[in-house]
Amino acid sequence: MTMELITGAEILIRCLKEEGVEYLFGYPGGAVLHIYDAIYVQNDVKHVLVRHEQGAAHAADGYARASGKPGVVLVTSGPGVTNAVTGIATAYMDSVPMVIISGQVPTALIGNDAFQEVDAVGITRPCVKHNFLVKDINKLAETIKQAFYIATTGRPGPVLIDVPKDVTIAKAEFHYPKKVKLRSYNPTVKGHAGQIRKAVDLILSAKRPIIYTGGGVILSDGSPELVELTQLLGYPITNTLMGLGAYPATDKQFVGMLGMHGTYESNLAMHHCDVLIAIGARFDDRVTGKLEKFCPEARIVHVDIDPSSISKNVRVDIPIVGSVPNVLRTMINVIRDEKLKPDAEALARWWRQIDEWRAVKSLSYRASDTVIKPQFVVQKLYEVTGGKAIITSDVGQHQMWAAQYYHFDQPRQWINSGGLGTMGFGLPAAMGAKLAFPDRDVACITGDGSIQMMLQELSTMKQYQTPVKIVNLNNGYLGMVRQWQEFFYQKRYCMTYFEALPDFVKLAEAYGHTGMQIEKPGDVEGALREAFAMKDRTVFLDFLTDQSENVFPMIPSGGSQNEMLLAERDEMISTHDEGMVLL
Amino acid sequence: MNNNNRHMISILLENEAGALSRVANLFSARGYNIESLSVAPTDDETLSRLTLVTYGSEQIIEQIVKQLNKLVDVVKLIDLTETEAIERELMLVKTKATGEQRAEMKRLADIFGGHVLDVTDATYTIELTGAGKKLDNFLRAIEKDAILEVVRSGATGIALGQKALHA
Ligand SMILES: Cc1cc2nc3c(=O)[nH]c(=O)nc-3n(C[C@H](O)[C@H](O)[C@H](O)COP(=O)(O)OP(=O)(O)OC[C@H]3O[C@@H](n4cnc5c(N)ncnc54)[C@H](O)[C@@H]3O)c2cc1C
Ligand SMILES: Cc1ncc(C[n+]2csc(CCOP(=O)(O)OP(=O)(O)O)c2C)c(N)n1
Ligand SMILES: [Mg+2]
Repeated sequence: MTMELITGAEILIRCLKEEGVEYLFGYPGGAVLHIYDAIYVQNDVKHVLVRHEQGAAHAADGYARASGKPGVVLVTSGPGVTNAVTGIATAYMDSVPMVIISGQVPTALIGNDAFQEVDAVGITRPCVKHNFLVKDINKLAETIKQAFYIATTGRPGPVLIDVPKDVTIAKAEFHYPKKVKLRSYNPTVKGHAGQIRKAVDLILSAKRPIIYTGGGVILSDGSPELVELTQLLGYPITNTLMGLGAYPATDKQFVGMLGMHGTYESNLAMHHCDVLIAIGARFDDRVTGKLEKFCPEARIVHVDIDPSSISKNVRVDIPIVGSVPNVLRTMINVIRDEKLKPDAEALARWWRQIDEWRAVKSLSYRASDTVIKPQFVVQKLYEVTGGKAIITSDVGQHQMWAAQYYHFDQPRQWINSGGLGTMGFGLPAAMGAKLAFPDRDVACITGDGSIQMMLQELSTMKQYQTPVKIVNLNNGYLGMVRQWQEFFYQKRYCMTYFEALPDFVKLAEAYGHTGMQIEKPGDVEGALREAFAMKDRTVFLDFLTDQSENVFPMIPSGGSQNEMLLAERDEMISTHDEGMVLL
Repeated sequence: MNNNNRHMISILLENEAGALSRVANLFSARGYNIESLSVAPTDDETLSRLTLVTYGSEQIIEQIVKQLNKLVDVVKLIDLTETEAIERELMLVKTKATGEQRAEMKRLADIFGGHVLDVTDATYTIELTGAGKKLDNFLRAIEKDAILEVVRSGATGIALGQKALHA
């Protein structure tokens, strides 16, 4: 018996079902009408109708980062796909698994400047892991299978599939391939045994070691292995902005985030270490500062699944290409089997040094009982949620305070745009995370600038009942930019002050949510408790915070890791290190 | 160590629409140099062979190779500079060929192992193959004023010995 012929649109939806796709974040238009018609007649894949395609990509991204499953996006041709580009690029920079299906004009019209035609494959090429234009309906299912495979394996990333309208209308038999084989794509998961052995020897010979880990640990669900290895060694550990939560922030071996706004102890430990153990981190310029002065005395081990991340910015001594859980498991086995022990005496000395740096308390700030300090809001949020909420954030000062003062103990608890730094990411990402975990508290820490970039998604959140708490650290400024103008442009605050801001309380209400404005430090905790008690409501908490607060510590870009600006103190503190610049 | 070495990288590429743009895009997006790029189908219709010549420090070349390997459409590649290899490029040159110049031009073409493909009263069209350097030398050897048009194919290459690049 021959198989039934079904349309390309039906095939597409069947493929998503085969992939176990729970949510499709999208927005309709002419080129995808057939696909929407196929969505109409089924209930397996739930569609979330966003209010802007960028929101669709960010929501899918938030869903993916929270759940570990790929986020799936559906947009129409032309403006549909161009609107999604910022969201795709955001996912690309942070290596988030995502599949984007974009409608395209009919095959026969491609290249004719047809209505709503853009070269989607061309426009997205620099910001996707891979993309496809499907011109033949008989290749549709296979291509979708490949797209999911590529997006979710190796170093994850977004994959776009451009589907001309005639392909969605044409009919074919449906076979979903069980397996994919791509001769040209075969990520290395298992680390090289010889390299791992060499790395273990170097790691155990260290006198002043530090473990520096990043987003790769979270992307690979390698947190259990990381925790085991770190505790087996007793070494200090620091995380990048993308790596927070992979190691419990409340554990004593954790020395805080590193980099531009990292802690004093983490950056100095990096600067003075003799062995650096880099795991799933990519030596970003916000982390390394001035390259010539980066970890001057260190020999470096680097574990990464992407060979191009290794020795890209910083030459490493022992590269290991492989996946974090696999490589770390092997390391742990070698250490245990051979009963290897670190140099306890040197390690004790190193910890005494680190504790001295810690005693500087670089994250302290001047408390106030008249004006709300943004750091205080994050601290209270941490307390009120018992440290267990999923926190998304936008981009700016509030993002750094979220990273510094909410102590993430679990992976996939902290969701932010690090690589691209996309303002507007936080709110749709929170919606995506809430859909992935309806029973968990989800909060979006945002700023008065960022929140206005994706506000329209408040309407989507109403429609799909995704109760999220929005913590707006409202300083009236594009604070992060204002901070740079204060430090490096002699306080010429050009275009960073909002002379008009909406009434966020009314705005929240207009969208059918609850709004609160909080002006006094004494009301912060109460407001948060009240908001989180409203389990089924999205609550917009507009905290009017200190307008002049700055993020510290800070390594000005181009500085090295031992050149940090510390917070204004009653007295300038002096430090032992010559290179230190204080403000 | 020379900080700006010339490397000839030979790539087996999926014969897919857009595959070439991915390679070209990579070079422009990451600011790598391309001196030449040549591409054509192979005996296997699913593959094309692309040869590119680039310059850069060892670290940059290492990144270029890694980034190229990362492209899903790149099946295999070899840095021919790392092995013994033959490099060949085709050049067509239209030159003036009048008076005394006419004999001299023919003589130079012969010395360089070239062939005259087309003759008019006033011009020769000469075909030359060889490594890029040899072609450069020919252009330097003839009078600058005599050159009317130059077309070069870009370098291609193949490793010496039994080693072969295949999918
Ligand atoms: C306003 C602002 C300020 C910032 N300040 C800081 C700062 O102070 N400190 C800071 O750290 N960052 C900061 N950032 C973020 C910074 O821009 C980078 O995004 C971040 O440092 C990169 O983190 P990462 O190295 O963990 O890499 P990621 O981007 O998370 O990359 C992950 C790495 O892991 C690898 N990987 C993926 N999967 C696996 C696997 N299975 N196995 C092994 N490896 C894998 C990838 O190949 C890649 O190399 C800031 C960003 C903004 C917007
Ligand atoms: C889409 C986008 N445009 C511009 C920027 C540059 N930028 C980085 S932080 C920032 C200010 C953010 O202001 P706000 O959201 O109020 O946060 P704050 O720093 O005040 O906490 C700007 C404009 C960006 N990161 N993203
Ligand atoms: Mg602000």
